[in-house]
Amino acid sequence: MGRYVIRRLLQMIPVFVGATFLIFLMVYALGDPVTALFGERGPDPATAAALREQFNLDKPVWQQYLLYMGKIFTGDFGTAFNGEPVTDLMGRAFPISARLMLVALFFEILLGITLGVITGLRRGRLLDTSVLVLTLVVIAIPTFVLGTTLQFFLGVEFGWIDPAVGPEGRLDELIVPGLILSLVSLAYVTRLTRTSVAENVRADYVRTAVAKGLPRRRVTVRHLLRNSLIPVVTYLGADIGNLMAGAIVTERIFNIQGVGYQLFQGILRQNSPTVVGFVVVLVLIFLLANLLVDLLYAVLDPRIRYA
Amino acid sequence: MIAGTRLAPTLVGATALALLASGCGGGGSGGSGGGSGMVRASWGDPQHPLEPANTNEVQGGKVLDMIFRGLKRYNPETGEAEDMMAESIETDDQQEFTVTLKEGWTFQDGTEVTADSYVDAWNYGAHLENAQIASYFFQFIEGYDEVHPEEEGAEATADTLSGLEVTGKHTFTVRLTEPFALWPETLGYAAYAPLPQAFFDDHEGWLAKPIGNGPYEIDSYQRSQSMRLVRNDDYDGPDKAKNDGVDLRVYTDNNTAYTDLQAGNLDVIDDVPASQLKNAESDLGDRYLNQPAGIIQTVVFPLYDDAWSGEDGVKLRQGISMAIDREQITERIFSGTRTPASDFTSPVLGEDGGFQEGLCGEVCEYDPERARQLIEDAGGLPGGRVTLSSNVDTGSHRQWLDAVCNSVNNALEQENACTVNPVPTFADFRNQITGREMSGMFRAGWQMDYPLIQNFLQPLYYTDASSNDGGYSSDEFDDLVDQANSADNEEDSVRLFKEAEQVLVDDMPSIPLWYQNGTAGFSERVSDVRLNPFSVPVFTEITVS
Repeated sequence: MGRYVIRRLLQMIPVFVGATFLIFLMVYALGDPVTALFGERGPDPATAAALREQFNLDKPVWQQYLLYMGKIFTGDFGTAFNGEPVTDLMGRAFPISARLMLVALFFEILLGITLGVITGLRRGRLLDTSVLVLTLVVIAIPTFVLGTTLQFFLGVEFGWIDPAVGPEGRLDELIVPGLILSLVSLAYVTRLTRTSVAENVRADYVRTAVAKGLPRRRVTVRHLLRNSLIPVVTYLGADIGNLMAGAIVTERIFNIQGVGYQLFQGILRQNSPTVVGFVVVLVLIFLLANLLVDLLYAVLDPRIRYA
Repeated sequence: MIAGTRLAPTLVGATALALLASGCGGGGSGGSGGGSGMVRASWGDPQHPLEPANTNEVQGGKVLDMIFRGLKRYNPETGEAEDMMAESIETDDQQEFTVTLKEGWTFQDGTEVTADSYVDAWNYGAHLENAQIASYFFQFIEGYDEVHPEEEGAEATADTLSGLEVTGKHTFTVRLTEPFALWPETLGYAAYAPLPQAFFDDHEGWLAKPIGNGPYEIDSYQRSQSMRLVRNDDYDGPDKAKNDGVDLRVYTDNNTAYTDLQAGNLDVIDDVPASQLKNAESDLGDRYLNQPAGIIQTVVFPLYDDAWSGEDGVKLRQGISMAIDREQITERIFSGTRTPASDFTSPVLGEDGGFQEGLCGEVCEYDPERARQLIEDAGGLPGGRVTLSSNVDTGSHRQWLDAVCNSVNNALEQENACTVNPVPTFADFRNQITGREMSGMFRAGWQMDYPLIQNFLQPLYYTDASSNDGGYSSDEFDDLVDQANSADNEEDSVRLFKEAEQVLVDDMPSIPLWYQNGTAGFSERVSDVRLNPFSVPVFTEITVS
């Protein structure tokens, strides 16, 4: 087990280097960001050159990359064009995005799996059909529409919540945004769990467990659910990264300056330190979440062993 | 200033209404709590560090306008430049100016504002090493070439501007490279603000919490999130703040700011989102402001391209101009927040300042038949078609671009004569323009730096001027501008600028589309909210009930 983890961690190094280099190239390919800093006014060549030098933009791309990577190992992720260190941006954005992700994940697990098990056990009944229709509706309506509608009614009409989340993003403020963010995945988790449960409910080991006279609850939770969770856990693991990086729509609606927003700004302003810095951390999160998922397999299904 | 890149507006934060207090409120560090006399307003993340000479967009300018007072200040209502810290600015030859400061002004750290505060600040702003975005403001001062050589890679050969000389504790002289009659009128721009010694001693510390000499001082500042400004009680100028302070809160999307205004969490937003313009009047009633601002939108042609230059080029450009139904587009798409343009300036200048309605004449009016005829006379569009390029990442440009092209196509009775060429990012768009890679017409927005007719003409159309994107060059125009700049008095100067503008009407290097208004909304908690000609709220005058 320990060796397996170490091997996996070592495999992350080439993935990490490759991913950062690709992202660096892509931002570089967008072109020269300096002209845009001058707005509608043509830049004067001398100031532009001074700015390029300041941000290392005057060097060839491979050298820029090496300089950048060299600094990363000393903890210096460069600065954004407004002079703010990228580490400061990350220090603000990641905690708030992580909180939002956890709230969303909580809803996904709690509501998604519960609904999935119930509908899986009652296939074809009224409850099953209504949940299916509901998930279809949620998947079909864009987050943007659901988010702004809910924000308007809860925030303006009823005054139950603040339409915008404060700078520090307290957990209670994140409940509604987290719910909105989780909705689409929630629908998938429900459907995935339902299918898996529906399949396994006819499996031999379930019949055996029932025949042994185990209580229904124990059969469902210990035997049926545990075996049905593998595809769901795979999905949730991949979703952690998506929820953090892909929350830009939700973040915009509720004025959350999270990872998605900072990435978007970095791309718009073509600031490679911002974009690469954030993506580096996201890549790490993806890799770790995947590792965690693989390890969870062994916990869920004792037949799986890692050496 | 940049009209095209204005950030999505932002909002303010904090003091939640007592009724909503439970768990509401923008929260903590940035802005909660606070006296009842605080104005909560929306804000956008400034693109550059908050230094006077390094700010060229509205959001940073908004803060500088609150914490600094320079030699002059533009009257929020008339736009006229009035003496603020200047006791007098005198000249005999429109080239050498003697500036005398009022005594007794202090920075918020207690140090006195002296002639050195100005001269040091200007030298800093002009120097190449400091790479200040707005250093071109000092280009008229003698010695600018030495501290800020034009060529790439060149090094400064002097540390200070030779044209600036301190002659007393409260007087200094300025020598310009050439006569510029309206120069004193430009001094209301934020780049000319004085800086305290603290700025030079501890630059990082100053940036973290800027110190100025204006009616507000910064109490706390969380970058990209919020800023709390409180009334500067030691401020002795004529425009003392009528409220306790302003909480600025960054909103990444102005739709959210609008919703927060409706929910009562915000008092002032200064940019109503395009999608809400239709509802704003019914939602807010007389708490919705829609008034002229110093912004004009135009379409520019690449005159460096043979297809668009020459005699036929003029006819083509005039033809396209007459094929655009400005009236209908401003009404339908912008809900009356734009006014069809009929000259090359802006209504905020006023008649005396050089604005003249209808100066452009029939070539700025919709006349599809004449348009068709002009274009036919010129031998048709180059290659039978024209593209209209713009960045589409901000400012909801796509809609009106489509509308303009549709209007042209309908007028010419051709299906695909005009097509929109969307450019993904502003940076990319600007690179193509400054690289002279355009082959068809493209969008250009101009937000004035100061309310002078000079600012609407010279930077945009003078040969090789900094924002002359189309590469227009006319000896007649340049000559008239030179004459206007060295005129003995303002009246003559404005008259000559208007003559120069007439040259533009004949040559049509760009098509004026519409004048842009500033929009704002405010809550029932505040009153006396107004926008200045730069479409920034006049915060000092807002009262909180």
